[in-house]
Amino acid sequence: MSALPLSPPDPMRPVPFRVDRVRAETHDTFTLHLRPPAWLEPFAFAPGQFNMLYAFGTGEVPVSLSGPPGTSRELLHTIRAVGSVTRALGRLRRGDQVGVRGPFGTPWPLAEARGKDVVIVAGGIGLAPLRPAVHELLEHRDAYGRIVLLYGARTPRDLLFSRDLESWRGRFDLDVQVIVDRAAPGWHGLVGTVTALIPRTPLDPEQTTALVCGPEIMMWFTVHALKSRGFATSSIFVSMERNMKCGIGLCGHCQLGPFFVCRHGPVFPFEKIGPTLLIREL
Amino acid sequence: METLETILAEIPVFHGLKPEYLALITGCASNVRFTADQFIGRKGEPANRFFLIRQGRVAVEIHAPGRGVLTIQTVGENEVLGWSWLLPPYQWHFDARALCVTRALALDAKCLRTKFDKDPALGYELLLRFSQLIEQRVEAMSLQLLDLYGVPEDVPR
Repeated sequence: MSALPLSPPDPMRPVPFRVDRVRAETHDTFTLHLRPPAWLEPFAFAPGQFNMLYAFGTGEVPVSLSGPPGTSRELLHTIRAVGSVTRALGRLRRGDQVGVRGPFGTPWPLAEARGKDVVIVAGGIGLAPLRPAVHELLEHRDAYGRIVLLYGARTPRDLLFSRDLESWRGRFDLDVQVIVDRAAPGWHGLVGTVTALIPRTPLDPEQTTALVCGPEIMMWFTVHALKSRGFATSSIFVSMERNMKCGIGLCGHCQLGPFFVCRHGPVFPFEKIGPTLLIREL
Repeated sequence: METLETILAEIPVFHGLKPEYLALITGCASNVRFTADQFIGRKGEPANRFFLIRQGRVAVEIHAPGRGVLTIQTVGENEVLGWSWLLPPYQWHFDARALCVTRALALDAKCLRTKFDKDPALGYELLLRFSQLIEQRVEAMSLQLLDLYGVPEDVPR
């Protein structure tokens, strides 16, 4: 007799995952390597999706998955320690447990982008939700045209995934440009904002899908720069961050106009979400 | 054949400029080369030249007592370095230092300003174009001040 299929987990009930490793990325950002319980393996997700992470006794926050997508025995979440929950997550050590609900939300439109060029614009911690997309694009490199990654951070010490960036810059089939707001002597790279890279980068707006992630203000100015280059808002996708609580579009905490960011997003075509960003009351 | 005039015509800030104006400007241009770490301009020095970068990269730096040196912008291929030459007192506002071997066209500011006095239409045309550069620079600096990558107040933490 074959075993009965396991029921999918209740989306409202956190499942305890074990911390395999906590890796420091920068002075304030770290990556949690989480191992699901055996009955939940393999844990599948798509680039752009997020999990709700519960630091027991402290609280729950939405965090994008930052590791290679597909099915994995280990889940990666890259987190900036800025509040009580994220700091509690940063204090976890190997063997500790985290409550996980998910994966939730819409993914980056990588299937729709097949056959086209892709430009990825990331700002600060925004590279984390885009990292699985870069992995996926490189995994299926032949399915895409030109791939460009533009990444901006405050200073060189704020750059995430420096080993990945070095490895990606070494490839001939990926154009990577990194820029920081300010730098001390010793930095030989570019200085300025990530938006300044857009006019300088060869792009064909008609043939390119843009994936943008970072703080809302950074995405706003990035979209403005892309539109100035001739991009249609239907070709620009952004990942929104709001006060997500339930993760499944029930509680309404993350409502943005007619959308629940946790369910209809976090990845949206800009043509859909853009108008709501200008409404002061939202 | 590639001449200084054809090279100038390809630099975005001079795109679409009348050929006679290009010829006048070319008369004030020369090729220059800087080694890595060489200062191209120092704050407070006379801004007698500005540069069109052809190859390489230049850091625009501030040195503030007690704060050390901070790079606030880099200027690369086909971009313009310097606009203090346009406005009195014609002094560099920042330090400019080559980050690597850098080749550029240097434009003699005194030579250009003399030509502007003789032909105000040329001066107006250049002033319009450089005003756009200054506007872009101010906008870029505003974005840097906005701290684009900071964590918003209203996100779950």
